[in-house]
Amino acid sequence: MSGLRILVPVKRVLDYTLKPRINKAQTGIDVAGLKHSMNPFDELSIEEAVRLRERKVPVDDILAFSAGPTKAQDVLRTAMAMGADRGLHVVEENDDIEPLSVAKILAKVVKDEDRNLVIIGKQSIDDDAGQTGQMLAGLLGWSQATQASKVEIEGETITVTKEVDGGVETVKAKLPMVITTDLRLNEPRYASLPNIMKAKKKPLVKKKMEEYGIDLTKRLKTVKVTEPPVRKGGGKVDDVDGMISKLKELGAL
Amino acid sequence: MFSAARQTALRHARTSCLNATRPSFIQQLHATRLASTLAVLEQRDGKLNSSSLAAVTAGVKVGGGITGIVAGSNIKAVAEEVAKVEGVEKVIYIENAAYDKGLPEHYAPLLVENIKKGGFTHVFAGHSAFGKTLMPRVAALLDVQQISDITSIESEDTFVRPIYAGNAILTVQSSDPVKVITLRSTSFPPAASGSGNASVEEGVDPKADATSEWVGEELAKSDRPELATAERVVSGGRGLKSKEEFDKLIPPLADAIGAAIGASRAAVDSGFADNSLQVGQTGKNVAPQLYLCAGISGAIQHLAGMKDSKVIACINKNAEAPIFEVADVGLVADLFDAVPEMTEKLKK
Repeated sequence: MSGLRILVPVKRVLDYTLKPRINKAQTGIDVAGLKHSMNPFDELSIEEAVRLRERKVPVDDILAFSAGPTKAQDVLRTAMAMGADRGLHVVEENDDIEPLSVAKILAKVVKDEDRNLVIIGKQSIDDDAGQTGQMLAGLLGWSQATQASKVEIEGETITVTKEVDGGVETVKAKLPMVITTDLRLNEPRYASLPNIMKAKKKPLVKKKMEEYGIDLTKRLKTVKVTEPPVRKGGGKVDDVDGMISKLKELGAL
Repeated sequence: MFSAARQTALRHARTSCLNATRPSFIQQLHATRLASTLAVLEQRDGKLNSSSLAAVTAGVKVGGGITGIVAGSNIKAVAEEVAKVEGVEKVIYIENAAYDKGLPEHYAPLLVENIKKGGFTHVFAGHSAFGKTLMPRVAALLDVQQISDITSIESEDTFVRPIYAGNAILTVQSSDPVKVITLRSTSFPPAASGSGNASVEEGVDPKADATSEWVGEELAKSDRPELATAERVVSGGRGLKSKEEFDKLIPPLADAIGAAIGASRAAVDSGFADNSLQVGQTGKNVAPQLYLCAGISGAIQHLAGMKDSKVIACINKNAEAPIFEVADVGLVADLFDAVPEMTEKLKK
């Protein structure tokens, strides 16, 4: 049996510790000059792919992919430092590509690169859409397992434990498949300095968006981006009695 | 005259407005389809998931006819139940056990076939595990860009949703012919079951091939209110220090006020509480009347899941914790003293 040919899409996003600032024109978020990192759920995807190999599951290769501005190469290097074998970067300076378009690009990459497993984060923490993996599975007609907290592979069969409302659910499917990662799946490793150095030598192919022939016209127009209603703290009370009486006063008890 | 009268009637019938000053009204009627909504409803073991009726509520807001769709084994009874829901005009049911577990590989083609046949302009489902896994697949098959987790509807093509863990609110306008949308349950109360008398008919069943198989499930059992819909939530964080302390302090306080139990990601990651209890960007969104939390610092990812609560109360020994900035009532105290005391006093 030939091994797994894994595709791991990664996205460069505003670092999760930063509070986004809305621009004055209310057209978007000011991200220039701010720290960016790999989307946390994508770190889990890379980690899982690498762990499959470490568990002696036959893995032919792990391809990390990103579509976005030149700086997206940083997250591809990180992915390679974590254990991906090579990177593919589709350069698009406008990093505001809709999930449907990303899914279409990925579907093409899957075919070009003859992939049989895609491991992708369940959502990106900037637009919080949670769509790309499912869309990709739909476009390819593949099986999908979303919000995976456990992945087991035996031969051609993958068993995935998924996080669902109120507990977990287990599904089984044959390759090829799309899996989206949930936080419980694993604990991503830190890229060690020697591995960061090695990653610089791993192949990273850059391609132009035009080569993919995907129409990036947006279906959704941003009307505005605004601040959420500000919540004002109501102050502090001195003791438990004070808290209970205040809650009664507010009608919460 | 005649045309003007019809226009007025039409305006009543739908929320979007046709431009009355334009002469060729008939042309415009052809250009703009009347809204019609397909509400994707969830069922489990023949029981309707009432929170999925939020999809009907959204349909009412858009205006136009609303059709509910249910699928599974022994589904007729569920369809009859949906027929009574206020606002529903028609119920489509698909009797086939293959849909019982909601596997997206079967379910997405089923929805696509019925959406195409019914010519719906809007398809709504809850942003639940079921909706999240299914709807993007449906959208891709229809070649439309889905809109996830909306919190309000501005017009039939304009919707509002939180981004960046709720730190920004995005309003988007969709140019897609079919709007495929998931709804945040805390923003759309489920439509009430009432005196509705919708027609019930069988839908198309494409019988897509099974490419995945449902193996089993393990659901956390609880007699307490369901977290996502509870009126009150008592939530614990890392400050509880261990699973033993979490189990000793949090459930009694929750029981004293009839609340559901929640937890921060730190508490879940440390193994104090089950993953299904996590509140936040990557867990559940809640908006109860009272959110009472102890030992939670208030990271932005946590606030994303609870800041729409009516009243927020917190107990934390660190007076500088960010949770105090959003709490209506804050108590700086050691939770190991304050929580038991509060439980005792509330029991009375």
